[in-house]
Amino acid sequence: MQPDWPQEVHRALSLAQVRVVGYVPDAGHSRLIELCQGDRKMLSVVLTTEEEGIGLAAGAWLGGEKSVLLMQSSGVGNVINAAGLLKTCRIPLLMIVTMRGEEGEFNSWQVPMGEATPAVLEAMDVRVRRAARAEEIAPLVADALRQEQATAVLISQGVIGIKSFRQ
Amino acid sequence: MTLHRREAVKTLLSGRGELLVVAGLGSTAWDITAAGDAPLNFPLWGAMGQAAMIGLGLALAQPRRRVLVITGDGEMLMGIGSLATIGAQQPPNLTLVVIDNERYGETGMQETHTAHGVDLAGVARACGFEYSKTTSSLKTLRSIIHEGAGPNFAVVKVAAEKLPLVLPPLDGVALKDRFRRALLGDSAEVLSQKR
Repeated sequence: MQPDWPQEVHRALSLAQVRVVGYVPDAGHSRLIELCQGDRKMLSVVLTTEEEGIGLAAGAWLGGEKSVLLMQSSGVGNVINAAGLLKTCRIPLLMIVTMRGEEGEFNSWQVPMGEATPAVLEAMDVRVRRAARAEEIAPLVADALRQEQATAVLISQGVIGIKSFRQ
Repeated sequence: MTLHRREAVKTLLSGRGELLVVAGLGSTAWDITAAGDAPLNFPLWGAMGQAAMIGLGLALAQPRRRVLVITGDGEMLMGIGSLATIGAQQPPNLTLVVIDNERYGETGMQETHTAHGVDLAGVARACGFEYSKTTSSLKTLRSIIHEGAGPNFAVVKVAAEKLPLVLPPLDGVALKDRFRRALLGDSAEVLSQKR
């Protein structure tokens, strides 16, 4: 049986006292988003673009609270310039990124950004950790939360499942 | 009567008390610095479009404090989606003030969208801000910043003028650390050692 990674990740966020959860929805994140929305100690903030999550996290950190940013890999392209703030001001932020455009992707329009995702993050000095299997996700998240560095945990499309366009 | 940005910002910040202030990059960062550099100022030198969101993050993290974002029309336009995000959150302690000279002031004074009829206060109103107005009543606005149930939004139209630069500290880590220390006291250090 697959481990219940959204539950484990929510527990790790909760233990680390993450207060602010910014997100642009992804089907792969839907359960984790629901868990965070249902947690009265967390503030869930739906964003119009992933870039807003960088400003949100910077503001929360100025105010003494930790954040997490949930998005899919296509959103990584939207955060690039703002992510400079994380390095210049040394603001820790965990991003949890569900991958598109990997093996088995049906929608070829998702492939370019999916393939560029790790390189783009690393170019902005965001540490990249890859979870190929469900049981790897929560430990990587917990580890990233212990570090005070901008870190992205990429969740392989194999964990989430390939999006199907068949009814 | 035409308002001038430096005087307008100085009036808005007079008697600021414990107000937390974020300024968007460019002219508004120079404006808040001209009014008096302070540890509870967070002037941006980059991340254009993020001033309002930084204000939201701060307002959510510090619900008992009043938060003011002062930014320019170009910076606000770049982050216009954040008005929807703030409208959805309804932070009562947050006010955004756009100092609107209808120009991109740092790049040669090219006209922005507000020079062509775009009504930012109208956008904020449609996004559900409690108060949203284009105003020149600075004293009223100052009391809204400190007491009005938000989220609040105001556009203050000002003259398009090039003024001497009054630069805040440039070191991002130093700006962040002094802000956190002033706001959080010793727990700023505790928090950053919580590993």
